[in-house]
Amino acid sequence: MSMRAPASDLPVMFLEVGILAGEVTILDNVSLTLDGGPPTFLIGPNGSGKTTLLRAAMGLIPTSRGRISWGGREAAQPTRRAIVFQRPAMLRRSATGNVRYALAAAGVPRAARTERATELLALVGLDGLGHRPARRLSGGEQQRLALARALARDPAVLFLDEPTASLDPAATKAIEDIVRSVAARGVKVVMATHDLGEAKRLAGEIVLLHRGRVIESGPADAFFAAPKTDTAKQFIAGELLV
Amino acid sequence: MFYFLRLTIIEIYAQYDLIFQPLWSAGRSGGRRGHLETGMTGDGSALHLVLTGDPGLFAIVRLSLLVSLSAVLFAALIGVPIGAFMALTRFPGREGAIVMLNALMGLPPVVVGLAVFLTLSRSGPLGSWGLLFTPQAMVIAQTVLVAPIIAALTRQTIEDLWVEYRDELAAMNVGPVGRVLTLVWDARFSLVTALLAGFGRAAAEVGAIIIVGGNIDGFTRTMTTAIALETSKGDLPLAIGLGIVLIFIVILINALAWGARRAGERYAG
Repeated sequence: MSMRAPASDLPVMFLEVGILAGEVTILDNVSLTLDGGPPTFLIGPNGSGKTTLLRAAMGLIPTSRGRISWGGREAAQPTRRAIVFQRPAMLRRSATGNVRYALAAAGVPRAARTERATELLALVGLDGLGHRPARRLSGGEQQRLALARALARDPAVLFLDEPTASLDPAATKAIEDIVRSVAARGVKVVMATHDLGEAKRLAGEIVLLHRGRVIESGPADAFFAAPKTDTAKQFIAGELLV
Repeated sequence: MFYFLRLTIIEIYAQYDLIFQPLWSAGRSGGRRGHLETGMTGDGSALHLVLTGDPGLFAIVRLSLLVSLSAVLFAALIGVPIGAFMALTRFPGREGAIVMLNALMGLPPVVVGLAVFLTLSRSGPLGSWGLLFTPQAMVIAQTVLVAPIIAALTRQTIEDLWVEYRDELAAMNVGPVGRVLTLVWDARFSLVTALLAGFGRAAAEVGAIIIVGGNIDGFTRTMTTAIALETSKGDLPLAIGLGIVLIFIVILINALAWGARRAGERYAG
């Protein structure tokens, strides 16, 4: 597995992006650059626009204003991007079948799929469970399978939408270990989370969103040590942002 | 109320011999002894006909299964793509089309029979095919009846699955054809229920096939048309025997399909 971001797909740039749902503004004038390096974490309360930002980056929802560019290109849709949803849908197949499906969708030749699927399942710690129906795996196992499926695309950028929400500590640790491993292989990880502890453990860069706007962004250490805005201070202090 | 109940009990008692005796009393029903002109042999009791494997009875059973299963097959080939198309596409008038499709599930068999009859009759648009009063005409009529059922249930099944899969398939850049194939494949166990509903409709249907098939002895006579005929003739042993076989076959096919579905689900989830 190469799993290395080609320089041509990075940086991902959001240029004054706005997204409206009817009259409601979901993302408001977001400008953001996601470049190679350690994981970038999107944090913020519910409804702040984290999921919408990830879905827009994946091309799943159109922007109402502004533009998103990949490596300086806007027209071409990059294929080496993948996402793991907060509640991933499991295809009605075995765990191996799910990964093989993703490999087929990514254009991997049939002859190579079995070996790649075995590698990916081992990477996420599901070796030995490949024959199990995906929908009968536990919540944590399903998230890891969704990660394997996303990695089947050999992504340059991997978007994770609160993958550890509602998981127990052991399952959360398993996911975090995979995220570290994937990031260490050169994949740019962009992850949304509510969990400040998780952000402290994993993030290299933080983007704080509130009411669809980027409130503050920068290196994680600096953000947690000396937040610049009152909103960031309140959020880090555990106060409710409404 | 009590008077009515007493009358009902008296009525059932009075009809007891007529209704239940043929089930086991071979040869005791005198002039009502069952036989079809197909060469169906035996003494006419329902159990005897079934247990001795009466060739006339089993010819009728074979034709019934052939017609109904063929109709379900053709209806699936028509209904599944239509259902998938309606589930996955948005077009003007789609809601009305869905209402119409659902309404077609309740098509009256005699109306379908009449329409197919007019289509296949000598002066009809397809009269030159010479299919009227043949098993093929019966298959056509049942296909028309069953296809809307399979299409409507397929649409609902695929649409529900599409809501679940939409984001994942979009994120994997799966194209339109790939989406349809994926959804139909992954919904295959649920679609078994749609096929069973269609088979149930076909197997129980009499109005359409008696019009287009004509209930011709040894050629287009099926279980349901034979039951209707024998009942009208007062030959209850045969009617009951065919009814027992029909119910048994429907249960057997449902059990086989259910078993296949459960086995598949255990494997695929």
